[in-house]
Amino acid sequence: MKLTGAEIVCESLLQEGVDILFGIPGGAILPLYQTMSKYPALKHILVRHEQGASMGADGYSRATGKVGVCMATSGPGATNLVTGLATAQMDSVPLVAITGQVGREAIGKDAFQECDISGITLPITKHNYLVMKAEDIASTIKEAFYIAATGRPGPVLVDIPKDVFTEYAEFSYPESVNLRGYRPITDPDPIRISEAASLINNAERPLIMSGHGVTISHSFDQIRELAEKAQIPVLTTLLGRSTFPDDHILSVGMPGMHGLAYASLAIDEADLVIGLGMRFDDRITGKVSAFAQNAKIIHVDIDPAEIDKNVQTDVAIVGDLKKVLLSLNKEVVSTTHTSWLNRINDLKKDHPSLKIRTTDKLLPQHVIHDLSTATNGNAIIVTGVGQHQMWAAQHYSFNDPNSFITSGGLGSMGYEVPAAMGAQLGSPDKVVWSVCGDGGFQMTMSELATIAEHNIPVKFAIFNNGYLGMVRQWQEIFYQRDYYATHYTGNPDWVKLAEAFGIKAMRVTKRADSFETIREATDYNGPVLVDFVIEEEENVYPMIPPGLSTADLIEEPLGEEAKS
Amino acid sequence: MEDKPGTLNRIASMFRKRGFNISSLAVGKSETSGLSRMTFVVDGDDATVEQVTKQLYKLVDVIKVSDISKGNQDSVLRELALIKVNTTAENRPEVLQLAETFRSSIIDVSLDSVIIEVTGDDHKVDSLLRILDPYGIREVMRTGRIGLIRGLDQSLSTDGLS
Repeated sequence: MKLTGAEIVCESLLQEGVDILFGIPGGAILPLYQTMSKYPALKHILVRHEQGASMGADGYSRATGKVGVCMATSGPGATNLVTGLATAQMDSVPLVAITGQVGREAIGKDAFQECDISGITLPITKHNYLVMKAEDIASTIKEAFYIAATGRPGPVLVDIPKDVFTEYAEFSYPESVNLRGYRPITDPDPIRISEAASLINNAERPLIMSGHGVTISHSFDQIRELAEKAQIPVLTTLLGRSTFPDDHILSVGMPGMHGLAYASLAIDEADLVIGLGMRFDDRITGKVSAFAQNAKIIHVDIDPAEIDKNVQTDVAIVGDLKKVLLSLNKEVVSTTHTSWLNRINDLKKDHPSLKIRTTDKLLPQHVIHDLSTATNGNAIIVTGVGQHQMWAAQHYSFNDPNSFITSGGLGSMGYEVPAAMGAQLGSPDKVVWSVCGDGGFQMTMSELATIAEHNIPVKFAIFNNGYLGMVRQWQEIFYQRDYYATHYTGNPDWVKLAEAFGIKAMRVTKRADSFETIREATDYNGPVLVDFVIEEEENVYPMIPPGLSTADLIEEPLGEEAKS
Repeated sequence: MEDKPGTLNRIASMFRKRGFNISSLAVGKSETSGLSRMTFVVDGDDATVEQVTKQLYKLVDVIKVSDISKGNQDSVLRELALIKVNTTAENRPEVLQLAETFRSSIIDVSLDSVIIEVTGDDHKVDSLLRILDPYGIREVMRTGRIGLIRGLDQSLSTDGLS
């Protein structure tokens, strides 16, 4: 059966089980859009900026585990996707981006709205394509979804010239892909499993570091089994937050630059660090030569290039984490580490990183704490990057697997608005709170229009301190409080702004009002924005300055009380 | 690697993105249709070479990576260079003599210069360049090293790759 290229795209997307797409049409992609109008099963969300499309698809993907799909036209449409694609690449999120390109004859002529988007996205996608014939579309889309979702997931871009959408070709959707250069290793080497089990069985002070791979491979039960069987305390990386319940007796929480002091200090004392689906990022390790100096290291990852990239491992296992843990758990013997667990409890007592100082002022930590209790730790929390992200990661007590969605690796401001929209569309039965900085929010707040249009019931908590808070914090600590270019002096009235979009809005200025307002917003059937007017110069602690170690840990500097 | 538009770009992009220092790179069609073979020289220790290898394997269009540096594999490495060197009527026989000593050929003769074609490992090319230097080297074009592993079949036919 001969179909147009555009019809082949739509049929292929249906074959891949796509039900929702985020995008904005334009000249080069119009033939596809005018065909999509005849495919109601492909629900299109018209975003207001293409960054909202790539980040919306990212949030949808992280919430559902499915491949997220975004679309944009050539030139500026495609370049606007870029920050979202780079975010997905750094955080291993499977996306397929479909972009229109100028007609084949016009390529290379600097035509109107032409840009080399496959060239631009080379270093920030897992793979990409420029499809020059309609007959190649089906196999390309098949490969794109396969590459995006398998191995270490990531974004794949498919660029299609305008006249390829209108060219006819025979359509049959391939059953399988044959990529001789792409064969992810999923089955672990049993010898390495035994070596790892032996290290675990002989360890006295083992620690698990649970990362994003646990979420991607759905290994929540297996990691819990490992931890409980061998009584191993569990640290969670930023993207690993919510991979292990925070109220579990073995939970230690997040270590690293803004991690909990006791979690970072525990790494110093451990004799075995078991990194599961994580990559020993510089925010976790600090100065690598001082990281886990007393420990052997087991590293499990599906990406062989992560092994020995940042830290040298003693046992490396490449494979699908769930398969690894299913085998490993059989070889790990039940044991206890009573004195080690007691030591961790002492560290927790001696370094109460989650204690919030006593004040009547509205502290951001209070807000997260109230958010945590008001939602019983069961909401999906979406953040951008900065202080609000760190407070959320520290103070929200996650009980549900896969309930923290954040821009970790790239650290993209503004991610929290479209990603929350996508997450809510993917998880309509969950409460989704977008924890926003007032800086990042302004980068993507145009998606409030999309959210209002579709009545997507995301709740926004704006952490309004009138600053680019984390940058201001660095200026305070490293640049003698020279607050250059970080103070917002002309911010809009957030309540009026939300109301202008037709979104219910409230403002909280007092500690006493925080909990009830959060509850009211959570229960409201529709989107809500809450403007939390928080303490302006509140800092995120603990802090290990970049490139340093726990020897330089700042838990809470003297004079903090005096400042407020 | 796949012989497709953009594959060289993907590899070069990865080298640049990860800060790997490539001193030469040569690419051409292989014995298998649809596949190219590339030889490149990267500066770095074993850990760097391991990372380069792993990062190359992450590229979908890269099929097989071998470290053919000395001591690692029994391999042959060759480079071709074209050297345009100044000559005068008086010293031309001397230059031709030197070229012959290096088993290189003269492929062009002009009034005031000759072009020498030399093939060999990089030391041979470097030595010839050093010896010709006093005469005045006008231009040099080097291909960069290319190599193959001796003996065992390193064919890129797809069924051998699983």
